[in-house]
Amino acid sequence: MTTVLDPTSERAPAHRERVARPSSLAGKTVGLLDISKPRGDVFLDRLAELLTDRGLRVERYRKPTFAKVAPVDLRHQIATTCDMVIEALAD
Amino acid sequence: MVAIVKRECPTCVTVVPVLAQLADHGPPLTVYSQDDPTFPDGLKVEDDTSLEVSWSLDLVTVPTLLRVRGGEIVDRTEGWHRPSWEALTGVTGLGPDLPELRPGCGSRTLDPDVVDELAVRFGGHRLRSRRIDLAALEDEAEAMFDRGWTDGLPVVPPTEARVLRMLEGTTRRPDQVVAVVPPDLVECTVEKVAVNAVMAGCRPEYLPVVLAAVDGYCTHEFNGHGLLATTYFSGPVVIVNGPIATRIGMNAAGNVFGQGNRANATIGRALQLVVRNVGGGRPGGVDRATLGNPGKYTFCFAEDEAGSPWEPLSVERGFAVGASTVTLFAGESPRGVVDQLSREPESLAASLAAASLGVGHPKVALGIDAVLVISPEHARVFREAGWSKARVRSEILARTVRRGAELVRGAGGIAEGLPAGLEEVEIPKFRDDGLLIVHAGGTAGLFSAIIGGWISGPGGSQPVTVEVSS
Repeated sequence: MTTVLDPTSERAPAHRERVARPSSLAGKTVGLLDISKPRGDVFLDRLAELLTDRGLRVERYRKPTFAKVAPVDLRHQIATTCDMVIEALAD
Repeated sequence: MVAIVKRECPTCVTVVPVLAQLADHGPPLTVYSQDDPTFPDGLKVEDDTSLEVSWSLDLVTVPTLLRVRGGEIVDRTEGWHRPSWEALTGVTGLGPDLPELRPGCGSRTLDPDVVDELAVRFGGHRLRSRRIDLAALEDEAEAMFDRGWTDGLPVVPPTEARVLRMLEGTTRRPDQVVAVVPPDLVECTVEKVAVNAVMAGCRPEYLPVVLAAVDGYCTHEFNGHGLLATTYFSGPVVIVNGPIATRIGMNAAGNVFGQGNRANATIGRALQLVVRNVGGGRPGGVDRATLGNPGKYTFCFAEDEAGSPWEPLSVERGFAVGASTVTLFAGESPRGVVDQLSREPESLAASLAAASLGVGHPKVALGIDAVLVISPEHARVFREAGWSKARVRSEILARTVRRGAELVRGAGGIAEGLPAGLEEVEIPKFRDDGLLIVHAGGTAGLFSAIIGGWISGPGGSQPVTVEVSS
């Protein structure tokens, strides 16, 4: 029998429950995150119009670069300000 | 006094009368026998056939005579050398019938048939990784595939003995954290790097280079997470400079990007296995490459410094002459440049400039860096003209400058290109420091190569150079 050493991080994935879907959008704040890909703003501008027309509050955010993960401060700001977030991937 | 002997060793047999002399007249003496607890006859002998004592003393030679005070070894001598034994014991007239000097024999702890087993028995506790027993009927190579630990090629099973042997390649402790590996942001220890280096096929002396490569990969500047996650072709390219490249037998010459050199092949592979296994970065998971490139199995080579007309890449990047370094570059496959006619540096610079315009797309500029690998025959043209590396770079960059009108979207009937509004601007292909130059390759062939990069600068990946430490 051969015994080998585990080459992985040996981490058990952490399971976190998703936030429940809101039953209504009334009075909610929606974050729109532009990841800085070209034309992502076109998509998000239109979404902002549609959401605002429905009476939702909209907050806009932008990653400094699409090539890196969003800075922790930005993620924190979105999480504490918004009820939900829409992230735009575009090219 | 402590003496360690074995019956199999003629010098140990020779010194038996001396041990008897010391037992009778000298300071208190404990004799350990490595292979036969009845040897030496007539003396009280401690059985060390388990080799536990010998291993803990890190013995190389028998007989070894130690002076121990308060549990500490204060003096030691190996083999038989009368003046040394007399000085160490404080007893004169030892072994009057013996020659003055006789070299000892190898300690049994170094015998090839036991060395691995001893390393595991007495050193295995240093390893923290989970042990996984493969079933008796499991094929080892298949077991590695089945657990998702390989890059698609077979790996060497990382047994305790192999990992301990790998760790001999560094002075760093197994539990020392090397870096936090993306994408899972896991603290990666020297031991985990060693496990993956074994799997990649590394020799222990390559380990310091792998450790430096992992360190560089995990820096914020290099942005390993983004490089892994991108749909683009690129992966980590590892360029090794300094004396370690020669010392571990790396290839900087013919077929430098190709197969056949163990160090080149396995160092780059070990880095990728760390990203996969420790960092959790896998194709189809966080790795979203559309096409990738074959260098994502391994892409590592050394600069030919001895044959270069210029300072090495490491020196250019601020390290001392003689320092060993790895430079990480986010690169795609090399593209060949053929120019067999240029004998003037201006002509060759123009060729290399023209060939480099295709990086990414001929109509994009400034967003992507590149490494230009100049082979000896092309370098000779620049050497004979007396061009420094800085001049080669600036002359090439100058020849990549084009008018924005050629590059904007729609120009040339091609929708891809730079945004409108830049028509009147003169635009070079690369940033001022966006073209790295390395000398490598075989001595025959008027060829060079360009390794295109990924998104350059602070918003993408910046080349990172790390000094290799033991």
